[in-house]
Amino acid sequence: MVENKGTTPLAFDEMMNADSSPRQPYSTYHEWYASQDRNRLIAKSKDAENIFRKTGITFAVYGHADSSEKLIPFDLIPRIISGREWRKLAQGIEQRVIALNAFLDDIYHKQEIIRAGRVPRELIEKNVAFLPQMIGFRPPGGVYTHIVGTDIVRTGEDQFYVLEDNARTPSGVSYMLENRETMMQMFPELFHQNRVRPVENYPNLLRQSLASLAPPGCSGKPRVAVLTPGIYNSAYYEHAFLADMMGVELVEGSDLRVIDGKVKMRTTRGYEAIDVLYRRVDDDFLDPLTFRPESALGVPGIMDVYRAGNITIANAPGTGISDDKAIYSYMPEIVEFYTGRKPLLENVPTWRCSEPQSLKYVLEHLEELVVKEVHGSGGYGMLVGPTASKKERALFAEKLKARPTNYIAQPTLSLSTVPILVNKGIAPRHVDLRPYVLVSDKVQIIPGGLTRVALKAGSLVVNSSQGGGTKDTWVLED
Amino acid sequence: MLGRTANGLYWMFRYIERAENSARLIDAGLRMALTRSEATEGDWDGVLQSAGVRELYDEVHETLTSIDAIDFLLRDRANPSSVMSCIEAGRHNARMVRTALTRETWEATNECYLEMKAILSRKARPTDMPEIIDTIKRRAGLIRGAFHGTMLRNEIFNFSRIGTFIERADNTARILDVKYYVLLPAVAAVGSSMDNVQWESILRSVSAHRAYGWVYDAELKPSNIADFLISNGRMPRSLAYCYEKIASNLGYLEREYGERHQAHETADRTLAALRSRSITDIMDQGLHEYLEDFISQNNRLGQEISDGYRFN
Repeated sequence: MVENKGTTPLAFDEMMNADSSPRQPYSTYHEWYASQDRNRLIAKSKDAENIFRKTGITFAVYGHADSSEKLIPFDLIPRIISGREWRKLAQGIEQRVIALNAFLDDIYHKQEIIRAGRVPRELIEKNVAFLPQMIGFRPPGGVYTHIVGTDIVRTGEDQFYVLEDNARTPSGVSYMLENRETMMQMFPELFHQNRVRPVENYPNLLRQSLASLAPPGCSGKPRVAVLTPGIYNSAYYEHAFLADMMGVELVEGSDLRVIDGKVKMRTTRGYEAIDVLYRRVDDDFLDPLTFRPESALGVPGIMDVYRAGNITIANAPGTGISDDKAIYSYMPEIVEFYTGRKPLLENVPTWRCSEPQSLKYVLEHLEELVVKEVHGSGGYGMLVGPTASKKERALFAEKLKARPTNYIAQPTLSLSTVPILVNKGIAPRHVDLRPYVLVSDKVQIIPGGLTRVALKAGSLVVNSSQGGGTKDTWVLED
Repeated sequence: MLGRTANGLYWMFRYIERAENSARLIDAGLRMALTRSEATEGDWDGVLQSAGVRELYDEVHETLTSIDAIDFLLRDRANPSSVMSCIEAGRHNARMVRTALTRETWEATNECYLEMKAILSRKARPTDMPEIIDTIKRRAGLIRGAFHGTMLRNEIFNFSRIGTFIERADNTARILDVKYYVLLPAVAAVGSSMDNVQWESILRSVSAHRAYGWVYDAELKPSNIADFLISNGRMPRSLAYCYEKIASNLGYLEREYGERHQAHETADRTLAALRSRSITDIMDQGLHEYLEDFISQNNRLGQEISDGYRFN
C-alpha cells in the first residue's frame, strides 16, 4: 500500500471506471458536473459551510477543550447508489436486523444459541453490555432494536461488507437529512435530472414507528419524547433536531420522575406522563437505582416502570451487546441460526484476539491489519496497521498482549472511493455508508443514509471525530 | 411545555435584553465623555453602577480607567452582564430550547453570537466602538425581528416576552436609581450644563433622548424625565410599559392554563400602582426608596413566575 499518495492503488471508484468514463449510476450527474464552472462549485461549497455554521449543525469532539463545537465538513459531490445495488443491500440489512432482534430476544430468554454451541456462553454472560436485568423480560412488540444504523463498506462492483451493526444508539441521521436539504437548496436542478428517492420522511416514520410500540400501560395517543444527556453531549444537535422534526419534547433526566408507576416530565402545568422514550443516553446512565448510582443523566426507577409495562425504551436496554465486536465476529452464525439462511451480506473476516492462534497471527501481521477494541466506537482506540508508525505498532502490540480479549483484528479493506471536490478539481477518497433502519412490526430501511468520507488522501478512517466528512447519499429509482 | 424549556426561554430573552442594555450604557458613557470639556473617569463610575457591576469591577481592576471600564462592560467573561457574557448565555439557553424556537429565531441568535464572538475576540480600539455598538444593536434587532415575525403567539412567546420585560424593567429602574440624585428638585440647578449632560445621558441610556422631545417640552426637566421612564405607558422602556406587557403575557398564560398564581397578583398590583401614582407623589415620597422597592419587587415577581410554572 502506498502511503500518503493518492489512494489505495486498487480501490474501486464508485463514480469513474478505469477508462475514465462514468459508472452508470453517475452518468447523469457526471454530465452535469462536466458542465459546471469549478469556481462556482467551490463558492457553493463555502455557502454550504455557512449554512451549516449558521444552523448550528455541530458536534463536539471529546478531549478538545477549546473546540467545543465543530462542523463536520460536507462535500457536495453526492454518493450515488443504483436501485439495483440498493435492493441487494436492503435485503441483506433487513435479514441482519431481524436476526439481531431474534438474537437479543434469545440471549435474554432461552439462550438456545448458546445451548446449540454456536456462540460461547462466557462471551454473552461475561459481557459488560449484557444486562441481567433484561433476562426474562420482553419489550413491547418484542422489539429490541428500534433504530439501527448498519455500517456498510464496499470493495468492488458487487462486494459489500457489513462493518458494524450499530444497534445501540446509531447517530448521524440528522446529517443525512441536513445534507439532503442543503443539496436541494443549492442544486435544485440535480433533483429534476436524477430520480433520487426521498429521505425527508424519516422523522415522521420514526415517530410512527416509536408510537406503534407503545407499552401495554398506555391508554390513548402515545406520548413520545427524546431523552438527551444534555447540551454538552457530542450529538446534542441531533437530539434537538429529531425532537423538533418529530414534534415531541426533548427531555433531560432532570425533567423526569417516576410518579404513580409512570415516567413523567415536569411541565409548566405539572407532571405529564411519557409512553415512549427514545433515549440517547447509554444503558449505564439510564437508571441510577439499577445501574451507575452516580448518574445524573437518567431517571431513578425507570427500569421498574419499564418492566411493569408502563414505558417503552428505545432502543431497549441491553441491546448494546450486539455492538460488541467479538459478537460481531459471530454474526454469520447468528444470521444463519435465526433465519435459516446464509447471510446475504458478508461480514469482514475477523480475528478474535482472545483465541491464541488468532492472537499469534495478528501480532505477526500487525502492519496489514486494523485492530479494534471490542467495545470501542467512533474510531477511538484503534490501530490502522498500514498507516501506523513502527513505534505505534510496537506500543499497540504491548496492549494487545496485555489484554487480548479486548481486541479483534480485521484485514485492511481497500474501501471504495467517491470523488470529493478539491481546489484543483476532484480527487477520490475512501467512503463508508450507514443506512438507517426502523423496526416496529415491520422493518423499514430509509433509501439513502449517511456517507462518511475520509478527507485525507489515502486515509481509511472516515469517523467525524477523526476528521472525516460527509456526503449526500442518493438512491436512484430505476 | 417543559418547565425547563420555559426557564430557558425566559433567560434567553433576559440575557439578550441585558446585552442590548449593556451596549446602550456603554454608548451613553462614550457620548458623555465626548461632550465633556474635560473628560473624567468618574463618568464610568456611574455607568458601571447602572450596569450593577461596580463592585465586581473593583475585584478585577485596581484603578478605574475608561479603557478598562469599556472592556469590562463589553467583553469581560468575569462580568456576567458584559455584552459578550450575555450573548453567550443567551445563545446557550437558545441552544437548550432550540426545539421551541423557529429556525429564523435560532439562526438570528446563533449568528449574533458568531459575529460578536469574532468581533470581540480581542480588546476593542476606541475608534472601533461606534461600529461595535452598532453591530450589537443591529444583531439584537434581527433577533427581535425574527422572533416577532415568525413565532407563534403561544406559551413559548409569552415566557419569552415575560423574560424580556422583567429584565428591561430592572434595567430601567436601575439606571434611574443610580442617577436619582440628579433628578431631585432640591439639588437640581436647573439649566446648568452639568445637569443637562447628566439628564441627557439618562435618556440616552434608554434610547429615549429623541422621543422625550416628542412627548414633553424640548427643555429637559427632571420630573418629566422620571415621568417618562416610570409612568409613561407609551414609552417602550418605561416601568409602566414593561408591566403592561408582563401582566398581559401572564394573562394569556392564565387563560390558556386556567390557572392563576401568586405572580399574577403581584404583576397586576404593580401595574395598578404604576397607573395610579403620579410622578409628583413618587418624587415627594422619595424616588430612591421607590426605585429600590420596585427593583426588589421585580426580582420577587421573577421568582414567583419561576415557582408558578415549575422552572426548576
